[in-house]
Amino acid sequence: MPQILMPALSPTMEEGKLSKWLVKIGDTVSPGDVLAEIETDKATMEVEAVDGGTVKELMIEEGTEGVKVNTPIALVLGEGEEVGEGNRPAAQTGSSDPEGQSAVAEAATVPAEAKSSPAAEAPKFTAQNDPDLPEGVEMVEMTVRQALNEAMAEELRRDKDVFIMGEEVAQYQGAYKITQNLLEEFGPERVVDTPITEHGFAGLAVGAAFAGLKPIVEFMTWNFAMQAIDQIINSAAKQLYMSGGQVKAPMVFRGPNGPAARVGAQHSQDFSAWYSHVPGLTVIAPYSAADAKGLLKSAIRSPNPVVFLENEVLYGSTGLVPKMDDFLLPIGKARIARKGADVTIVSFSMGMRYATQATEKLVAAGVDVELIDLRTLRPMDSDTVIESVKKTGRLVTVEEGWPQGGIGAELSARVMEQAFDYLDAPVMRVAGKDVPMPYAANLEKLALPNVDEVVAAVNAVTYRS
Amino acid sequence: MARKAVATQAKTQSNLPQFTPEQDLEAYREMLLIRRFEEKAGQMYGMGLIGGFCHLYIGQEAVVTGVTMASEKGKDAQITGYRDHGHMLVMGLDPKGVMAELTGREGGLSKGKGGSMHMFSNEHRFYGGNGIVGAQVSLGAGLAFAAKYRGDDSVSLAYFGDGAANQGQVYESFNMAKLWNLPVVFIIENNKYAMGTSTERSSATTDFSKRGASFDIPGEQVDGMDVRMVYDASQRAIEHARSGKGPYILEMLTYRYRGHSMSDPAKYRTKDEVTKYRQERDPIEQVKARLLEGGHQSEEQLKAIESEIRAIVTEAADFATNDKEPDPAELWTDITISA
Repeated sequence: MPQILMPALSPTMEEGKLSKWLVKIGDTVSPGDVLAEIETDKATMEVEAVDGGTVKELMIEEGTEGVKVNTPIALVLGEGEEVGEGNRPAAQTGSSDPEGQSAVAEAATVPAEAKSSPAAEAPKFTAQNDPDLPEGVEMVEMTVRQALNEAMAEELRRDKDVFIMGEEVAQYQGAYKITQNLLEEFGPERVVDTPITEHGFAGLAVGAAFAGLKPIVEFMTWNFAMQAIDQIINSAAKQLYMSGGQVKAPMVFRGPNGPAARVGAQHSQDFSAWYSHVPGLTVIAPYSAADAKGLLKSAIRSPNPVVFLENEVLYGSTGLVPKMDDFLLPIGKARIARKGADVTIVSFSMGMRYATQATEKLVAAGVDVELIDLRTLRPMDSDTVIESVKKTGRLVTVEEGWPQGGIGAELSARVMEQAFDYLDAPVMRVAGKDVPMPYAANLEKLALPNVDEVVAAVNAVTYRS
Repeated sequence: MARKAVATQAKTQSNLPQFTPEQDLEAYREMLLIRRFEEKAGQMYGMGLIGGFCHLYIGQEAVVTGVTMASEKGKDAQITGYRDHGHMLVMGLDPKGVMAELTGREGGLSKGKGGSMHMFSNEHRFYGGNGIVGAQVSLGAGLAFAAKYRGDDSVSLAYFGDGAANQGQVYESFNMAKLWNLPVVFIIENNKYAMGTSTERSSATTDFSKRGASFDIPGEQVDGMDVRMVYDASQRAIEHARSGKGPYILEMLTYRYRGHSMSDPAKYRTKDEVTKYRQERDPIEQVKARLLEGGHQSEEQLKAIESEIRAIVTEAADFATNDKEPDPAELWTDITISA
């Protein structure tokens, strides 16, 4: 039976000292008995018998330094077992390989070696196009707030596994009134007021999603979701992968993101880049009312965890939304807001307000701007941006978040990698300033991006002054 | 029944809950499978076949065995932290799949992509296998939320350790669980050490069964080394949760023989302490003694069971050693589901 091998105390240990034998030849040992003590520079550990038997051989003297992992150190034979080549490795690995212990040692190191062939390429994401609207469809003017509210009401009506939970979503009708009237229509079982307990209810919702429900979690603002970010990333985003595709987390985390007005540093932050960093998440940040509705409906139906970043400042802005039974927009598709040939401006969410106003000024001044609204940040529609830059040779990005590691930084890298030869000027980023958000009105204004900065960036990349 | 009364009653009962010989035999098999499986896992870790973190359940076998015997298999959900191998074995997940996940092979329960701390089964209603201390408590409350939402009469069994019991989200979950009377049993596996920190050094109060007091959640301390006591208390707790009365806390007083993980030299406790538990309180030896003393099983019969279990473990180790590594293409699968 077993030949005892020098064990590893950690994945990085290669050798150690056999400091002490606690058995001698002829001793009878039971499973769990301590056979020896070994030590490395980091730790001391006991080697225990896994199987019972009689100690027949001690191959390494105590006090020996530098004993390599997987070196045979002792032989313990069970009842009726005899020393033989065939049974040595079998006891260690359960393998019937007659090659002996060298094969064992080799087998033991296989997983650590980089013997795999190179990894396959990352699958390329291809977004679907927006659906064609039915001819003559009525376009209704509504606020982003109404659009989001309609999206949730329609999906709650459609699927009884969908429910919404969060602080003040029910009786108070929503801190920002996005959940208005939902309690009345769907009842307290499906429109659930929570205590102020972001970490807890985010985790609870993820657990409910594992069990097959489709939660919509409203964070009063994304600033408070910092308390819950572990559950969003470690539990929701990684679950499908960690389970080898078995356990899903079909759910939406949503609420207002980004700077509001005069609320100070802890309540004014854009998390777009943070969440867009994480594989397993889908991240959506709409600007228009139609996109808010069509994308939130698609998000609720998505089998994946979706981070849906709204913007408080945009809740009251209006836009035209098609009046349809089921208006769904594809996740992962950018929208070309204006076609043009001179320069590409890419933005999303509130950044689109600055970008749109800048575009109006620039077009008036004779610059033919192509304006792209990303809408979805992960998966990111690189294709649309790259195609545009190949045409214009110039890119300006606009976002409210901090510049370092931001969405603009990511777009800049992708354009460098995929369209470097087409660039006629360096990519320029317009972003929030690299400071915590100040309270004072004048300082806050300085910290945020603005229309003039976008115009100046476009002038710079088009070499107009 | 008031919480205090329950706890007192459990401690002072003169007529201890008894097992039938059949129940003892079932418990013996389950616990022995965990013990032998974990010993083999430790051995394979030592050989470099298992990497990273590997937290063994040796010593704590009676907890998950007693709880699972009191639950409805396939209906009640279970979720735990990273010390999860025992839970899966008792719930009926394939030992080959568990061991192959430990070795990171394609036949592992998570295709080799999860590892020791991340295995799951929708079919058996096992939800992990969670590596962030305390996260499983909120998730477990969510499993109970889903049960109540659907009215499906299932109970969620959420395990965590004495270390996790000091995490904030545990109390957020206690609050919501009682507020909404969710069918969840919180099972605190108190093995006395959060990694290297004893409960005395980490906890302002060390009676974890009382941690639900301010939420009006009943709790009791249970001898977690005696599978009969675990079973008895779990029946009570599960019935409480299933009948709509809300959450229940069971503090299982247990002990791990090995270090926190494979790379822990366990210098923070004495050898005498470990030896005392092994010799006087071992959950498997207790059942074995009852089976032999009652004349229900002979030494030979128990040896035959031991051989059967060794064969299962050897088969698992064999499979896990020889199975292929995942195809490189698996790197890019299961990240999101295409709509």
